[in-house]
Amino acid sequence: MAYSLNVNGRIHSVDVDADTPLLWVLRDVIGLTGTKFGCGVAQCGACTIHLDGHAVRSCVTTIESAGSSAIMTIEAIGSTPKGSVVQRAWLEEEVVQCGYCQSGQIMSAVALLNANAMPSDGDIDDAMSGNICRCGTYPRIRAAIKKAARGGSNTGNGG
Amino acid sequence: MSLLSRANDVQLSRRTFVMSALLAGGSLVITPRFAALAQANEAKPLGAFIRIPATGKIELVIASVEMGQGVYMGLSTLLAEELEVGLDQIVAVPAPPDPALYAHPALGDQITGGSVSIRGFWEPMRHAGATARTMLIAAAADQWGVPTTSCRAELGEVIHAASGRRIGYGALVERAASMPVPRDVALKPASAFKLIGKPARRIDTPAKVNGSAVFGLDARPAGVKFAAIAICPTFGGTLQSVNDSEALKVKGVRQVVKLSDAVAVVADHTGAARKGLAALEVTWDRGVNATVDTAELERRADAAMAGNTVVAHSSGDINAAEAANATGIEGVYRLPILPHTAMEPMNCTVHVRPDSCEVWVGTQVVSRARTAAAQVTGLPVEKVTVHNHFLGGGFGRRLDHDGVIMAVRVAQQVDGPVQVVWSREEDVRHDSYRYLNLSRISIRLGPDGMPISWRHRVVGPAIMARFLPIFFKDGIDLDIVDIAESPYEIANKRVEFARHEGPEGMLTGNWRGVGPTRNAPAVEGGIDEAAHLAGIDPVEYRRRLLRNNPRLRRVLDLAAARAGWGNDLGRDRGRGVGLLSAFGSFAALIAQVHVDPRGALKVERLVAAVDCGLIVNPEVLRQQVESGIIYGLSATLYGRLTIEQGAVVESNFDDQPVLRLNECPQIDVHIVESAEAPGGIGELGTPGVAPAVMNAIFAATGQRLRTLPIDTAGLRRS
Repeated sequence: MAYSLNVNGRIHSVDVDADTPLLWVLRDVIGLTGTKFGCGVAQCGACTIHLDGHAVRSCVTTIESAGSSAIMTIEAIGSTPKGSVVQRAWLEEEVVQCGYCQSGQIMSAVALLNANAMPSDGDIDDAMSGNICRCGTYPRIRAAIKKAARGGSNTGNGG
Repeated sequence: MSLLSRANDVQLSRRTFVMSALLAGGSLVITPRFAALAQANEAKPLGAFIRIPATGKIELVIASVEMGQGVYMGLSTLLAEELEVGLDQIVAVPAPPDPALYAHPALGDQITGGSVSIRGFWEPMRHAGATARTMLIAAAADQWGVPTTSCRAELGEVIHAASGRRIGYGALVERAASMPVPRDVALKPASAFKLIGKPARRIDTPAKVNGSAVFGLDARPAGVKFAAIAICPTFGGTLQSVNDSEALKVKGVRQVVKLSDAVAVVADHTGAARKGLAALEVTWDRGVNATVDTAELERRADAAMAGNTVVAHSSGDINAAEAANATGIEGVYRLPILPHTAMEPMNCTVHVRPDSCEVWVGTQVVSRARTAAAQVTGLPVEKVTVHNHFLGGGFGRRLDHDGVIMAVRVAQQVDGPVQVVWSREEDVRHDSYRYLNLSRISIRLGPDGMPISWRHRVVGPAIMARFLPIFFKDGIDLDIVDIAESPYEIANKRVEFARHEGPEGMLTGNWRGVGPTRNAPAVEGGIDEAAHLAGIDPVEYRRRLLRNNPRLRRVLDLAAARAGWGNDLGRDRGRGVGLLSAFGSFAALIAQVHVDPRGALKVERLVAAVDCGLIVNPEVLRQQVESGIIYGLSATLYGRLTIEQGAVVESNFDDQPVLRLNECPQIDVHIVESAEAPGGIGELGTPGVAPAVMNAIFAATGQRLRTLPIDTAGLRRS
């Protein structure tokens, strides 16, 4: 049946099965390819998006369960205050290598900072350990989150 | 690969290439032609490394693919340095498949791997930049009627200081193309570098933080369909039958494609394709490997250890030394079958038309991908177009183009473009595996406790025999035995190679760190065992054996100092060394671990000291060392595939775990400044990790591990 989706503030009508994961709707139907496929079973976090501000794995979130929630993807996160700060911290800390997982990493990091403005190392572990990076950017992700939490400044404990 | 310690043998002097310059499409294009390859494609505008348009950004064509290692940054830096432009004035574009122009000078093919990009292109790229700069200066001087020596170039302009005149490169393009191509341009001395060695932000990353970077899986040609694929789980098996009646009922499913060894469901989106694939009833003919399991493969490898060998390295008189010295260590180091699990699962998008074929993919071997597509379709190579993309990780997986072949076979049965997507499960179960490796290391000690003989028997596949035959000589895979003789000064050495291939139908290939990653556990474990037997501190022991290797000794000393080597760590903790001289670079890793009495292992810290010669970008160097360490640590702790009934048992990150953020140790990277020629960095961090951790576990517990991955059950002490 046809579903009406609110993605990045725009309404899209898509006609797919109820159990279709949002990941494929975003990537293949709507054409927002910034959200990535990594495992299909919520093990790697590459497909992380925001549903009403909460980080969810779009590979296991069906279109039916999304309902009328506000969906936000990496393509729009830079238009939010925390999102732009996180993106800038990512570049300044030279987090990125191949970059494939970084959409999901950034979406998880922004959700963390929206819920917890000054996360501890333990908080970062809890929020970010569901996002795998095979290039091994973890130390820089931690440093970038701390930098973003400080509003992008370079002072204090940079992890 | 460390072929590429070997690739240094291939002299890359400036005499091996000549420059050409021409005006094409209104741009000045500069191409270095390697002498051996100089005949072909004289006037191809795409064959340029530099394209200077009349207006707009200068295009630098990057022969190596970007898979995270920062090569767009590295090669752009070399070109921009000599061209005298800022990194904000250029745009890096991927090279199309054309080995006559873009083959790596030492590998002889258009391959990105083995940590050789900077080493291979170090001189050609700077010469290309310097040639263009020289011609642009000559053009400006000609236009102004002043001597060239009175002009200089800076940030994309030629400046005549005496008159204050300046003119942008774009306005000089036509005149510059008519200038004679200089034969022997002077490269800038290191003291004049403005970009090389200086901190500068990577140019490929802004698009990777906002979702706009386009990877292979993001290719969206008009009208593209999506295919989910299942390949026979048993290596070498075939498709027997398929009942697709339920699959074809799934909304959005268009077609089921049956191949001899695979089946694919084509749909409007990948979600429907995956649902359709799950609805198929498939029967496989498991073929000759139907009963093969891990135990059987390990038995076969053990048999190879006892079988015939070829001598790959020999110095001194090993037999006499062993006969005269009975004291020593001997042990067999065992490495498992490994997947790559790049974050971007295998995928390839193909449009086969009656008279042409178009491919969208991220590959480390773009020209091989093109040739393969031509072979499958029967089309001439020039009718195949390959669009290369950013790679969501390579690690050696995308050095093989089996996925391209499979996707073309599917696409031959589809009307219009189709994106073939491997699930993570298919990606793990149909990888180009790092195959089993055994190393028997035997070291005899003289009366002073120092090694007098070194015998290392390597059992492993000869990947180079198929992958790059120039590195397979006299029955020896030069990569698989790379570093097996160790960097240590020992009078009598022998390395023996026993070629041992995986089962028929299993693709085996290259894995980050290539040969050195195979051999480092035995080499660095063996020397650690010898030090312990001699009762000498492992760092001091290595130092005594590196009197003639100051660069390696220096990184060892630096790492030891920064790691606090010798400071007491208290109970249950230990430090271990992993030393490496490979890829034209030098690295010392020191791991610190904690092993609690129940055997729980925590790798707490890794200190790295590296000397990779002249540094192109210090931050990219740090990134790559961190990256190599973490990749190696995942394999050290978790990497192991199990075979049952001829198929891989593991399938995803739940049963083949990789390191996660909460497990990541503190990593400190220290750099030794050097003016030597640049060495490789992409794989430098990986090989030393496993031995450093295993040696640290020995220091903490007294348990000598020789098998990977680490079995923590064996570390329990209470």
